[in-house]
Amino acid sequence: MRHRKDHRKLSRTASHRRAVLRNLVTALFQYERIETTTAKAKEARRLAERLITFGKRGDLAARRHVARFVTRPAVTVKLFGTIAPWYAERQGGYTRIVRLGTRLGDAGETAYLELVKSAEQKEKERAARIAAAEAKEKALKGERPAKKAKAAEAEAAAAEEEKTKRGRRREERESEISAPAKKRTRTGVKTG
Amino acid sequence: MAVPKRRHSKTRGRLRRTHWKLKAPGLNTCSHCSSPKQPHRVCPSCGYYDGEEIVPPREE
Repeated sequence: MRHRKDHRKLSRTASHRRAVLRNLVTALFQYERIETTTAKAKEARRLAERLITFGKRGDLAARRHVARFVTRPAVTVKLFGTIAPWYAERQGGYTRIVRLGTRLGDAGETAYLELVKSAEQKEKERAARIAAAEAKEKALKGERPAKKAKAAEAEAAAAEEEKTKRGRRREERESEISAPAKKRTRTGVKTG
Repeated sequence: MAVPKRRHSKTRGRLRRTHWKLKAPGLNTCSHCSSPKQPHRVCPSCGYYDGEEIVPPREE
């Protein structure tokens, strides 16, 4: 019988379990992809999905719900400002679990728990990583005096991309909140 | 105190343990590098899953 079997206990007391899951969910929103055991990933997923739904609601009560659970205030800001808009068009299924295999030591099965992203979004992030790496290399080579403008430009671009990764700057977030329609417009949708 | 009434033969114990068997893991062929991999898991040799999903291979 599976009566009243609602969740995995993860061999922990209730308070320990809650603490672990809070930390996992917070880390997921911060890093966008985390590696953990499959069981913990599956438990964290339910909570993460619920929090993203709160993020999409976007009102003050929702924000307070999230802030009570998440362990870092900055992550609440990121969830509402950056992550929730990604999923404006998606009805659940915001996260993905990819099994990685068993780890050495305890042979525990590990998995990635990650936020689902569109192909364009991934491509953008990849470009940002490359740009950041190139900027860094340039800075290391000491080309700064000669190509000061160019290096600065590359650095600015890299910094910009870094921001998208970690949660954007306030003005950008606010501008997005004030004009959300821009991001959500669909093309080629038949109406009536 | 409870105590065994009869001697427990070697055969008895061994017969019981004939049901302890290791099962070979089911293996598929990776669609990307065609080395054997477990289904529903990232390929351990090329780090691919579902066409993409890269775990970059280790470089020394």
